[in-house]
Order: sequence, then structure tokens, then C-alpha cells
Amino acid sequence: MQLSEGQAGLRANSISKSFAGVPALREVSVNFPAGVVTALIGENGAGKSTLIRILGGDHRPDGGQLELDGVPFSPGTPAAARAAGIRVIGQEPEIVPHVSVAENVYLGELPRRAGRFVDRAALRARMREDLARLGFNRDLNPDMLGSKLTAAQRQLVEVMRALTTEAKVIAFDEPTSSLSDHETESLFELIERLRARGLAVIYVSHRMREIFQVATRVVVLRDGAVVGERVIAETTDREIVSMMVGRDLSTVFARKHNEPGRVLLEVDSVTTDDVREVSLTVRAGEVVALAGLVGAGRSELAGALVGDLPIRSGEVRVDGARLHLRQPRDAVRAGMGYAPEERKAQALLMHRGVRDNISLAVLDRLRRWRFVRRGAENRLAQQYVDSLHVRTPSLDQEVRKLSGGNQQKVVLARWLARKPKVLILDEPTRGVDVGAKVEIYHVIEELAESGVAVLVISSELPEVLGLADRIVVMQQGRVTGELDREQASEESILALAMASDLTDSVRPGSTQTT
Amino acid sequence: MTEQRTTEQPTTDPQSGLSPGSGQRAGRGLDLSALAPLRILRAIGPGNISLIGALIVLVVIFQSLNSGFLSTGNLAGIGDAVTVFGLLAVVQSVVIICGAMDISVGSQTGVASVISAMAFTATGSNAWLGILAAIAVGVVLGIVNGIIIVYGRVNPVIATLAGLAAYKGLAQLISGGKAQGFVLDNDTFIFLARGKIIGLPVPVIILAIVAIGVHVLLKYTDIGRNIYAIGGNDTAARLSGININKYLIAVYVLAGIVAAIAGIILTARTGSGQPVSGSEGLELQSITAAALGGCALKGGKGAIAGTLLAVLLLGALDNGLNVIGVNTFWQNVAQGALLVAAVVIQQRRSGERAVGLPT
Repeated sequence: MQLSEGQAGLRANSISKSFAGVPALREVSVNFPAGVVTALIGENGAGKSTLIRILGGDHRPDGGQLELDGVPFSPGTPAAARAAGIRVIGQEPEIVPHVSVAENVYLGELPRRAGRFVDRAALRARMREDLARLGFNRDLNPDMLGSKLTAAQRQLVEVMRALTTEAKVIAFDEPTSSLSDHETESLFELIERLRARGLAVIYVSHRMREIFQVATRVVVLRDGAVVGERVIAETTDREIVSMMVGRDLSTVFARKHNEPGRVLLEVDSVTTDDVREVSLTVRAGEVVALAGLVGAGRSELAGALVGDLPIRSGEVRVDGARLHLRQPRDAVRAGMGYAPEERKAQALLMHRGVRDNISLAVLDRLRRWRFVRRGAENRLAQQYVDSLHVRTPSLDQEVRKLSGGNQQKVVLARWLARKPKVLILDEPTRGVDVGAKVEIYHVIEELAESGVAVLVISSELPEVLGLADRIVVMQQGRVTGELDREQASEESILALAMASDLTDSVRPGSTQTT
Repeated sequence: MTEQRTTEQPTTDPQSGLSPGSGQRAGRGLDLSALAPLRILRAIGPGNISLIGALIVLVVIFQSLNSGFLSTGNLAGIGDAVTVFGLLAVVQSVVIICGAMDISVGSQTGVASVISAMAFTATGSNAWLGILAAIAVGVVLGIVNGIIIVYGRVNPVIATLAGLAAYKGLAQLISGGKAQGFVLDNDTFIFLARGKIIGLPVPVIILAIVAIGVHVLLKYTDIGRNIYAIGGNDTAARLSGININKYLIAVYVLAGIVAAIAGIILTARTGSGQPVSGSEGLELQSITAAALGGCALKGGKGAIAGTLLAVLLLGALDNGLNVIGVNTFWQNVAQGALLVAAVVIQQRRSGERAVGLPT
């Protein structure tokens, strides 16, 4: 059966996927034709990674159908997707550190002889062949150990691993985050070679400049749905940015704002291993949002501010007093609190009860001669369970049995109980259902009203716009700009978050209005 | 049904399933005190109930095979036999709950035993100096373990494995490889070995005091809470302001002190300092008892009550098999089988998928 040119490639028909009731993809239909580089762009949470994972067989869609070369296709596992010719190059290549490049590339399919013995000669020969075929002879040394590879080389190993057998579709998920400009150029050359060989190339990224360099078409996702498709040659980055945003913001939570008081948090030109010369201030009663795309360094900044990561230069002052941070304990004692991004991995004691989790940071205030005063502890925990509407059958309930929203409230309660001067919240509503989200917004509102300086790290633009008095935007470890709530819009925030990638016409401060 | 303090939800909520017998009212304040027996059972915990059940079964079987099993003489023998082991199991539980492990406790017991006897003889038969010296050495060895782990960044298993070998060697070096000193002409040591308080042997009383002390520490103090937190999620503990390095070193020092107490009792009971005999292999037994008693090896979970029940169970099993004349080698098999069975049951209850290495 001869396939017409248009049918070769991967097609997603009306793919839907939800996680725990929260929709990640809504009836997404996209065509990834063979011999074309299709870019997939969208801000955090738009659904790009979910779609790629479905294409790669990691998840099964709840609805819709995939088609490969015109034939319906349902990969049940990543192995099945790989066997069908789909390859995904993830952001963080998984390399076995103590084994050579050659063994990494052919992991799981090492050539054998005489039963189970590794055929080293065949391994070397295959490696040489494949290096020549793909053009990597100068870039990879087959005998080098995995642990000694640079980020770019690791990626090349992943690509080689992907192409050891013939592939039809190859997807790159944010491939350039750890690459230098030169290495990025080499990657683009490779992508062009793959395209020319007839593969359907999918390029997922939020870096506008790269998309305009390497892709032929671009598909824009927003909130799990396709907003539109454009041919690169016929569109502008400004148009794409406006497609990425542009929600109806009338339903966004509108926080009551109060008159801010004295400065409680001063970050003065702080440099760490991940951020450079970041300065910002937060006053009592203010909510400052720290916006930006993944990889901007916001969580790393927060970690440094609370003493969990080392600060190389610069100062942090709380209520005027300079902090000497060696461990988070110093920050907590100085009046700071930090609710981290990954509540299960970083904040919750999953097998302990609601009460124990809530009281964890205030045990020093609840004890008499090192004995925890049970009555006071119960009252405290009950107080926060009530005021935050934590749905739990008892204070003893293990928190791993609570829903995401309630777990998040428990983490918040821990810090509310401490009554800090400054509270840093990292993605406080991630994985939280709509009802609990609004409740959490109210908590933040009350916190600010009571005079706490709140720094909210969030990747959700409507949330940022609804909560913040001021918005500080970061990209690649630096602050790219600051916006007052009056001047802020989704587009202006996104433009700052992608500032170094955009052409002049979209940079903030340009003459064109949005 | 009245609710004194109303909370929010008017609608039914999938989250707040009814849990009968939960003491604290939270989302819904329902009065279920009528189910008190259920509350007691829940408070004891399913793990402990299985251990008590197993213990009862064992006692019944052994008693039926040899009516001397439950005699006061035999029970006292069990009590005596488990004290040294029990002390190490109790302190091992604390280390495991904190997320670590101490494989060197057996060797530390040997060192302490030798030091207590030799310091005793060296200072002209001063028992208290001997005891103090042993405890001081226990503190030092604990600090060494802690520093190697926290500042040397050595995995606790590797660090204390090294300790197991090094401290055993230390005990053998100091003692020349054989039993040293004779302590049983001293009243203090005689009292430790054979005295009775309220009808129970002194070593059993000491075990009880240490176990109760540790139980109170874990359950009722903020120190205990912090230990559970560090074992359960050390990032969460750190971000909440707990100084985890301090706690880790302190936990190893506690292990050293209790191991020293065990060593002193060993000296008293055998009459001289024992570098290896009576303490070798106890580290593995202590881990067995802790795991059997419900301590999750990854930390954050466990309790002294469970450990003590496990110690009793293992002691009764050991003694019972002896009493009915079974080959001692079967005892080792029985111990191993019991441990595996207990952990398999625990893991099945946690509902993990059967893929790859277990967590």
C-alpha cells in the first residue's frame, strides 16, 4: 500500500488526558508530518510534556487516537512506541556513569556471541558505523566513561541510542537547556539531517529564537488545548506570544490589596551557583510574585534565601538584619518560612499524621521541658484544620491519604503556625483542585493582611496576576524585569520571561502596544 | 449528635471517611467513644497485635511440649538472656527511625565490656570508675561514628560496618584477645549480675528503664518528633529548622552509651571483660528485632513497644527451641524466617507495586 506524502508521519486525533480529575490535554489534534520539523510551544502546564509522553507510550490517553503513517497506533508501553519507530529525547538524558559511551548507546541491546558473552569487536564495529552514519565521529569517543561526558555529549548519546534502529518520529523535549550556543548549532545541524532523511521531528521548547531557526511549522498549546498552528515563515514571534496567552481573565481571583508596610525582605545582589545578582524587596503586607519559565532559577533562589543552598555573594536581610545563613534553621529563626515546590518529596512526613505535620516547625514553642504539650498541640492543629478547611477524618490521619489540595494546606498550616515575618511559597497550588486553589488564595490574602511579606513563586500567569502587588520576572538565573500589578499582563510577563529569546519588536519597553 | 465547634463542610466529602475510634475530632466531630475496645486495639497497632499473637502461639506450643517452659526459673532465664540483646535492639530502633543504622553496636558492647573490667582492675577495684570509663568510651565511639557519617559523608552502613571491624579489633587489642579482669568480688558488679529489684533481675530492670526512657523520648518529646521527622523526610525536617547534623551525631552517641551499658552488664554477668564473646553478632540481631518490631529500614516509622515485643518473641523462640531440645542451628533458620515473614507482611500492607528494588 503506497502512502501518500501527507499521510506519512504521526497524527494525534482529539487526544484527551486528565490526571486525578484535572485535565492536562483537551481533544488535542495535531499532525506531525514526516520530513518536517514541527515545533510545539506553550508555557508551563500547557500540556506539551504530557502530549510527548503519550506519543512515547508513557501514558495512555483517556480519549482520542494516535495514527502512525495512517495506521491507528496505541503504544501501551514505551518499548512498544520505540518498536514502532517513535523516539523521545528527554531533557535529562539518562546515562549510566560508570560504563563507556558505546555501552551506553547500546544499553540493553549489546551485541553477543557464543551465548551471553558481550561481543566487544562487534560493539566497536557497530559504534564506528553508527557514528559515521550520523556524523558524530568528531564529537563522541566510544570509550569515554559516561560520567565524563558534557551535557551536549550526553544528549548525543541519547540521540544515538534513539537511532540505533530506524526511527520514524523523533521528539526533542527542551533539548538546549544545558547546551552552549555552539553545541546548539550542532544540534540544529543534526535535526536538519534527520529531517532530510524523512523523519518527523517534533521540537518542544519555549525558546522562540530556536523555534524560528530550526522549525518549519509551530503548534501553540495553551491550557491543554491547541490554540493554533502556523508556518514559521509566515508568522512572527509576537503573534506566537499572543497565542500563548490571551485568556479570559475576568474569572481570575482578585485579591484585596492593602497598603504595604516596612520592608521585611531585602535580597541584595545575591549570586549563587544558579542565579546571578538577583535583587528584590518585599514589604509587610505585600505579595510579590516571582514569575518565569522552568529553568529560570526561582526555586534555586528560594533555596538560597532560606539557607538550604550556599550564597556566593550578596546579602539577605530580614527586617533590616543581615542573615548569616548556614542552614535553613538560621532562616527559620530569623523569621522566614519556605513551603517548597515538591510537597511530597520535600515538605510532608507522609506516614505521620496531620497534627504532627502541622506542628513540626513550632515544637520549640509547644514544649515544656522538651515534653510536647499534647493539649496545646491538638488545639493548634485543630485551629488550622478549621481555618484552612482541611478535609481529614481526624488529626491522626496519615497525610499520604489526603488529597493534593489538603496536603498543600497542611504544609501551609505548618508555616502559618510559625507566624513568620517572611513566607516564601513555591508553586502553592500545583496539583491542587480548583476549590482548594481559591481557598489557598484566600489564605495568602489573609497572610498579607496580617502583615506578612509573601513571596510567591508561580508559573501560572492568571495566578500571578490575581495575587501579586508586584511581579519580578526571572530568566536563566537573572531578573529580567519587574512589573507593578497595573502594568502587568500575561503578555508582558511572558515577554520578560522569554526576554533574551525575543526579537526587539516584542521586548518590553518597545513602542508597540500589546 | 451535637458538634460543639462546627467546621465547614455541609456536603459529604470523599476525604473524610469515618474512622471509628479516632480520638481527636477534626473535620467532623462524631462521638464514637462507645467503640472503646476498638480504640484500644487501634492504639496498640496491627503490627504489635500480630507479634502478641505470635508470642501467644509460641508460648502455647512450647508449654505444651515442655511444661517447664513457663516456670519462673525459665522465664527468668529468658529475661536474662534478652537483656543485652534487648538494650541494643532498643537503641538500634532509634537509629533506624532516624533514617540511619549502626552495625557497630555489637563491637562497641565488646569494647565497653573490656574497658569496664580493665578500668576496674586498674583503678584498684573501683567499680564506678570502671562503669564511667566504659560509658565515656561509648560516647567517644558514638561521636566517631557520627562524624564519619556527617562530615566524612560516608554512608551509615559502610561507616558502621567499618566500625564493626575496627572496634572489635580495638577490643581484642586492649584485652589481648581474651577475657580480662575479674569483677565478681565487687559488690556493685555482683549486684548488677545477680541482684534483684522488686523480684526482677537487675539487668531486666535496667532494660526496662532504658526502654521506657527511650519510649518516652520518642513519643512525648520534641526530640523524638524531630527524630521521626529526620527519618521520614530529611528535607522537610531541614527546611523546618531542625539541625539534622546535630541529631544524627546525638543518635549515634546514644547508641554508644546504651551499647556501653550492655557491655557493663555483660562484664557483670560473665565475671570479666569479654572482647567478643557474648557481643558478637548482636548487631545483626538488634536490626532483626527492630525490623520485626515494625521499624521501617528507610526511617520515620517504628516504636519501642514493637521492638520489645520482637525481642521477647525472639527470646522466647530461642529459649523454647532449647527447652524442647531442637538443634541450635534451627534457631538461626527460625530467626531468619520470622524476620522475612514479618517484613513481607509489612510490605504487602504498604501496597507497593512489584517492580524493581523495594523502597
